[in-house]
Amino acid sequence: MIEARGITKRFDGREVLSDVSAVFEEGKVNFIIGRSGSGKSVLTKCLVGLLDVEEGSALYHGRNFTAMSRNERKSLRKEIGMLFQGGALFDSLTVEQNIMFPLTMFGEMSKKEMHERVNFCLERVQLTESNGLFPAELSGGMKKRVGIARAIAMNPRYLFVDEPNSGLDPQTSIVIDNLIREITYDYNITTLVVSHDMNSVMETGDSIIFIYEGRVHWRGDRRSILRSENKELDAFVYASEFMRIIKEKLT
Amino acid sequence: MRSRENTGSIAVFLPDMSLFRHFGKYFIMLKQVFSRPERLSIYRRQILFEIDKIGVQSLGIVALLSIFMGAIITLQTAYNIDSAWIPAYTIGFTARQTIVLEFSPTIICLILAGKVGSNIASELGTMRVTEQIDALEIMGVNSTGYLILPKIVAAVLIFPFLIIISMFLGIFAGAIIGEWSGVVSMADYEYGIQYDFRQFQIIYSLIKTVAFAFVITSVSSYHGYYTRGGALEVGQSSTQAVVYSSILIIVVNLVLTQILLT
Repeated sequence: MIEARGITKRFDGREVLSDVSAVFEEGKVNFIIGRSGSGKSVLTKCLVGLLDVEEGSALYHGRNFTAMSRNERKSLRKEIGMLFQGGALFDSLTVEQNIMFPLTMFGEMSKKEMHERVNFCLERVQLTESNGLFPAELSGGMKKRVGIARAIAMNPRYLFVDEPNSGLDPQTSIVIDNLIREITYDYNITTLVVSHDMNSVMETGDSIIFIYEGRVHWRGDRRSILRSENKELDAFVYASEFMRIIKEKLT
Repeated sequence: MRSRENTGSIAVFLPDMSLFRHFGKYFIMLKQVFSRPERLSIYRRQILFEIDKIGVQSLGIVALLSIFMGAIITLQTAYNIDSAWIPAYTIGFTARQTIVLEFSPTIICLILAGKVGSNIASELGTMRVTEQIDALEIMGVNSTGYLILPKIVAAVLIFPFLIIISMFLGIFAGAIIGEWSGVVSMADYEYGIQYDFRQFQIIYSLIKTVAFAFVITSVSSYHGYYTRGGALEVGQSSTQAVVYSSILIIVVNLVLTQILLT
């Protein structure tokens, strides 16, 4: 479980997050949704310590990450996996080396065990036989899957996913969504997804918070989101004609 | 109103505060760079990789420039001291002094600041804007140490070899061009390059080279590592890395020359 407790973040005096509190539960796919620039990516970066917060704290199963020293943070980070928007694969390394990287850096495995682990992770994301390819040779969807494989290589307790479907076609998006859901349920990890893709939210969102102008404006799940009477959330969810038709049918 | 005016007039005399901020950030970065590595074997492998990238792959340009500059220095010296009162071996002596004391350590390092510095800044800048550095941090890797330390160590180790090669090629090219063009005989040139030879001058040059290697890699890494934005900013970081490395090389050159030679 990850808990954000009263997080406030400012950039040059401008408040981007104001007293954000939320609980992201274990074994669930937790979504942070909101318009571009609403502060959802900033919140994620504050939770993983890529940005320092002005006020508040991030707790991982009760452990106060914000109050930790650099070394304590480093050891907790070994329990965190993250998939970045563009994949963030290391350009100079092959797919295999990318996934093996955290294992060689921190793992106590033999070479044989590492290869087995890499092949297992690649199988998990349905990307066998691509071990020798470089990131430049992969499609957008493949990069995301390699990113997921690298994120789960160290058996993380917490998985952060930033815009998993950006730049992907609808079918590949569903593959990625299913993968995230399966991994979350199979390994009982706390997954936190930042997205503004409503298909993805409706497919996999067990728990959802809606960020509006740096504040948590709404919280619920994928069933309650359709019947919400929150004005800003309504404008966000039913921004497209397609979603408005769905709403009409539902009501 | 008056206090505002005062603040304004004081501000005129205050140095640019961002300069101090950059210095502070630079030294904080260096502290992190030299913190204990996660796994030494990985760092050793990275250092070997960087030695090849920074040093071995620069050998071609260093050799080419040294040969041509050695030849030019010899011809220029011969042209400028064309007098019956000055012995011919002075050409060899002057060429040696110029190459050993300034050309090889300083000018070659300035050129390497362009080649190696821009390469480091753009590599790290691209890694920053594509979130690869964030990915390292999330894994719990000391990204400054992992990315920057091998570059600094590799440059500090390999640059002296490049400079020794440059000195040898420059002096050798001077001898060949002197003999070939007839401005100085091989015997005179040989006597000149041995005349009043002081070993300390080589040590002085190598001390400078090590300092310049550190400046080039650390300053370029700083500019690359703290890149913010996109492709445009990566280009700007690359340019800044070359400009600041070059300026610092000249300043460090002045300071070291003052300390070591006077």
